[in-house]
Amino acid sequence: MAIASSDTAIRTGRVTRFFLYLVLILFALFYLLPFGVMLVNSVKPLAEITGGNMLSLPDVWTLEPWFKAWSSAQIGVEATGLSPYFWNSIKMVVPAVAISTILGALNGYVLTKWRFKYDTLIFGMMLFACFIPFQIVLIPMARILGLTGLAGSTPGLVLVHVVFGLGFTTLYFKNYYQVFPTELIRAAQIDGAGFFRIFQRILLPSSGPIIVVSVIWQFTNIWNDFLFGASFADLDSQPMTVALNNLVQSSHGVKEYNVHFAGAVFAALPTLLVYIVAGRYFVRGLMAGSVKG
Amino acid sequence: MASHATNPDFRTRLQNWIPKLVLSPSLALILFFVYGFIFFTVYLSFTDSRILPSFGWVGFENYEKLFRLRHWDIAVSNLVVFSGLYIFFCTVIGLMLAIFLDQKIRGESVLRPIYLYPMALSFIVTGTAWKWFLDPGIGLEHTMHLWGWESFEFNWIKDRNFAIYTVVLAAVWQSSGFVMAMFLAGLRGIDNEMLKAAQMDGASNFSLYRRIIILQLRPAFLSAFVILSHLAIKSYDLVVALTGGGPGRATEVPATFMYSYTFTRNQMGIGASSAVTMLLTIVAIMVPYLYSELREKK
Repeated sequence: MAIASSDTAIRTGRVTRFFLYLVLILFALFYLLPFGVMLVNSVKPLAEITGGNMLSLPDVWTLEPWFKAWSSAQIGVEATGLSPYFWNSIKMVVPAVAISTILGALNGYVLTKWRFKYDTLIFGMMLFACFIPFQIVLIPMARILGLTGLAGSTPGLVLVHVVFGLGFTTLYFKNYYQVFPTELIRAAQIDGAGFFRIFQRILLPSSGPIIVVSVIWQFTNIWNDFLFGASFADLDSQPMTVALNNLVQSSHGVKEYNVHFAGAVFAALPTLLVYIVAGRYFVRGLMAGSVKG
Repeated sequence: MASHATNPDFRTRLQNWIPKLVLSPSLALILFFVYGFIFFTVYLSFTDSRILPSFGWVGFENYEKLFRLRHWDIAVSNLVVFSGLYIFFCTVIGLMLAIFLDQKIRGESVLRPIYLYPMALSFIVTGTAWKWFLDPGIGLEHTMHLWGWESFEFNWIKDRNFAIYTVVLAAVWQSSGFVMAMFLAGLRGIDNEMLKAAQMDGASNFSLYRRIIILQLRPAFLSAFVILSHLAIKSYDLVVALTGGGPGRATEVPATFMYSYTFTRNQMGIGASSAVTMLLTIVAIMVPYLYSELREKK
């Protein structure tokens, strides 16, 4: 991936360059504006939002909305704030990401280094599973979770996210291991190393970059999921996105916009943080899964 | 390890089985939760299921009802409008930003993350931000009025005829930066020698892009199209957060239709048939793509 280098044969004149920078900066504003304005308004008192100008900085800076969104805002029927739901999301995301990444790594290893008849067909079936509209599985999934007692629980959501994340993680690891020299593995086999030993000693030590990619991808997708959370979770397992939606859409009382915004920032914070820290890898991951196929 | 060498036959056979054993849990999960469930939903779409699944066979009745429903009509035409505009604008903006960024721009490393960060957000967050930004009483319109531009009017989100375009706006905001990244990666992969040769022959920048570079980006176009159309048909979260399907039914899409018929209106048969229709649309787009991808690998 040569995304970091910017070597091009194209040369541009002065006027063109001015125009280029103008367009690029205008678009930067377009991308920054809605979220940025929301961030600024989350530290304003409510009166300044309803009565004032959304593009102005606060006259009075306050972290009150942040505290309220976190610990005392009314979510559904209870005034718990978003914090319990934040932890629900964490409890769901961590195991789901770990399990789907481990399975994806093993699948990718098998599908590239231990090929057998019909492996391409199996991979195709896994890959197709990434792209189905989830509406097609909602009804039976609700039934099965109900029958197994997993409905409304965090393990139920973990299961759902593992199943529907497997295709992507398998794809990433398969693409990554595909270019890994197979001779090394054959040589290790001749030396008497078995399946897991080869994986652990030869492939795993050089899998760092793709593990990062898989973890970031899964983390972002699962954290941001709304459909499964809204369909299969109850109060004890509802993820952050569902709670945020309940907070924002609640119709009773005064609409506390600043609290809503602070809540939205909380919901966005983990993925944004991951993005800022490791965004470079994230982009590469998206590329690996899409452009290279 | 050496002890195994005394029995190479057993060892070899075991080694042949381990990979398949390792793959089997994933395969079982996918077979059951994806293909089994698809089969189950397809079956339900031919039954008289209402609140709960039931197994009275009704043939194509649900599909006939579905296609006669005005509600479904609105949902489908909204999806056509939405996905058409969404894919078009994401591609145009993404390509333009990628080409512009590729001109040795100072501050590229600052701009790129700014374009990309919306992709990290949940659609619920995006919806919350845009819903308020577009609200005429408190958002952009209100602000323009405060700045003295009294005649400024932007109330699409409250207008039945225009609300769907606000969904497009928010969705393009969220995904176009990602399309930019895909095209940028494609651009960076193009061989500069060829471009230099064409320049020697006196080709202008514009014709370089039109005749050589854009053609080389074909795989990126294809991937962008596939990913965007798959995001478009799944567009449930954004509609829920931004407009809730309203005003009225003005921004209803198949994903919200399916949810409300299945879980709130207790018309599971019709809900299932709408889900199957969505799946068939995706299959028509995805299967040729996946087939070509997997064949090239050989």
